[in-house]
Amino acid sequence: MKVLVPIKRVIDYNVKVRVKPDNSDVDLANVKMAINPFCEIAVEEAVRLKEAGTATEVVVVSIGDKKCQEQIRTALALGADRAIHIETEETLDSLNIAKLLQKVVEEEAPQLVILGKQSIDSDNNQTGQMLAALTGMPQGTFASEVKVDGGKVNVTREVDGGLQTVSLNLPAIVTTDLRLNEPRYAKLPDIMKAKRKPLDVKAAADFGIDLSPRSTLVKVAPPAERSAGITVETIDELVEKLKTEAKVIS
Amino acid sequence: MAILVYAEHDNSSLKAETLKTVAAAQAIGGDIHLLVAGHNCGGVAEEAAKVNGVSKVLVADNAAYEHQLAENVSLLVKDLAGDYDAIIATALTTGKNFMPRVAALLDVAQISDIIGVESADTFVRPIYAGNAIATVQSLDAKKVITVRATAFDAVATDGSAEVVALDSATDAGISSHVSDELTESERPDLGAAPVVISGGRGMQNGDNFKLLEGIADKLGAAIGASRAAVDAGFVPNDMQVGQTGKIVAPDLYIAVGISGAIQHLAGMKDSKVIVAINKDPEAPIFQVADYGLVADLFEALPELEGKL
Ligand SMILES: Cc1cc2nc3c(=O)[nH]c(=O)nc-3n(C[C@H](O)[C@H](O)[C@H](O)COP(=O)(O)OP(=O)(O)OC[C@H]3O[C@@H](n4cnc5c(N)ncnc54)[C@H](O)[C@@H]3O)c2cc1C
Ligand SMILES: Cc1cc2nc3c(=O)[nH]c(=O)nc-3n(C[C@H](O)[C@H](O)[C@H](O)COP(=O)(O)OP(=O)(O)OC[C@H]3O[C@@H](n4cnc5c(N)ncnc54)[C@H](O)[C@@H]3O)c2cc1C
Repeated sequence: MKVLVPIKRVIDYNVKVRVKPDNSDVDLANVKMAINPFCEIAVEEAVRLKEAGTATEVVVVSIGDKKCQEQIRTALALGADRAIHIETEETLDSLNIAKLLQKVVEEEAPQLVILGKQSIDSDNNQTGQMLAALTGMPQGTFASEVKVDGGKVNVTREVDGGLQTVSLNLPAIVTTDLRLNEPRYAKLPDIMKAKRKPLDVKAAADFGIDLSPRSTLVKVAPPAERSAGITVETIDELVEKLKTEAKVIS
Repeated sequence: MAILVYAEHDNSSLKAETLKTVAAAQAIGGDIHLLVAGHNCGGVAEEAAKVNGVSKVLVADNAAYEHQLAENVSLLVKDLAGDYDAIIATALTTGKNFMPRVAALLDVAQISDIIGVESADTFVRPIYAGNAIATVQSLDAKKVITVRATAFDAVATDGSAEVVALDSATDAGISSHVSDELTESERPDLGAAPVVISGGRGMQNGDNFKLLEGIADKLGAAIGASRAAVDAGFVPNDMQVGQTGKIVAPDLYIAVGISGAIQHLAGMKDSKVIVAINKDPEAPIFQVADYGLVADLFEALPELEGKL
């Protein structure tokens, strides 16, 4: 069974992003970038499926400019076998990303595609579901457990009320939630080995898809700041303030 | 303009967040219909008919929709989409799950998690864990939108919309429901509670969350948690507040033993009043707190419960 894992290069989760003074976008110049944490969980899950003998090959794919090859190498160091880089300088929206991934799915014919549930920059939470619709596959989103069993996969999902388990016909799409696994750290020899693993580069423009944007970014503003609060010294003072000043308890 | 709003429910009652999503639809403006897709969901349809601002309730009551599987519900909504200029759902697990599928089936880009409406095609949404607020103009003729309910005020429920039964049964036949493991709780829903008290890694274990329960009982509060508390197994996943958990904006949010990471703040910093109890005076949570108490939670919580 082949597993395909789409990964995205995003801002490191520890970095607090700043908005450009002209409000045109966020400022990503000289900001530390990393593999989207949910994508890292997706790579880890695929590699574990391979280690368990369920998967035979793990292929990662990333869409973006040349720099996303850094994150591709990270994924290869974590244990993916080979990679595809679809190169573009444009910032594509989720639907266009999903359309490109659809082409990759048609060519690679994976039995399972594992994506992150959301990317921590645009926070869209769309790409996996869109890819599922375009390929006609069932989806197990926000997965906290994935069990492949014959021609089906059982996915336990983190839902608002708790957990839900669904059974999906293969091939299927899974998107990862935080508790699916704890990704390993790449060891130095694996990082060295990753440099020699196959990486196939293709141009997004060669896929024959209309990738024109469906929306325009009008502006990006910083959020409203909360005004500074006060320190209370005792519980009595806290309760008093909540009753008489904030008036949120009675 | 005709707008279809997807009702969030569990076959027995309508989620309060839907009233806020209808408010977002009103901000866009137009004739608003509410879709109830489920099984044996007549009670929900009755509640839906009372939602103000809604002119018609469409009810698709069929076994295929019992668990609102994305594969089946997306086909239903796609079939109805021809009659509407905008399709809107709440950014809760059901909406987040099936709406992007609808968008792709309609070849439309989805605008996720909006917190404001500038005009019929321009929307405001948080990005980067709420550290930037983007204004986005959709160029698609048909809009597919999910709404962050906490950003809108609920509409009233003294209306009387017409209820129409649909005989649709779109079963994609590629997925099935196996089981649910839902957290039983007598407390109000995290997303709708007026008061939320959350515990973090500082709580040390699941048992200690009892210290929060007494206070929650007195305040009619829901109990939440940080990711660290969930990952450590203190409490179940549905209690996680944050960028990648639940977004809450209660009148009062009390953070106990939570440091205040960006990802946690993203889920609660729109609360009206924030209280932080932490033993570390340098904890970033104090930067967003209206009232900060530097104290050991194991002493502070019993005292607080006693004084409420
Ligand atoms: C500041 C900023 C503003 C933007 N504004 C807009 C806007 O207004 N409208 C708009 O439509 N788009 C906008 N974009 C672009 C857009 O949000 C995303 O880059 C694009 O939509 C990809 O979807 P996502 O990252 O939101 O996917 P999500 O659905 O959040 O990501 C889920 C998963 O999809 C996969 N995935 C996502 N992207 C890739 C990729 N490039 N390569 C491989 N796998 C991938 C990963 O597995 C990821 O974990 C903006 C981007 C930025 C940085
Ligand atoms: C992709 C991604 C998504 C994430 N999503 C979320 C999310 O949605 N929600 C979320 O919460 N986090 C999320 N996180 C995790 C986040 O970065 C932090 O790790 C997490 O919020 C920390 O939880 P905490 O504050 O409970 O723990 P810590 O940071 O360990 O803080 C514990 C606090 O308790 C205090 N304390 C300890 N003992 C006591 C005592 N006896 N009395 C009083 N105070 C005490 C300490 O001073 C400390 O400030 C995410 C991370 C990533 C990478």
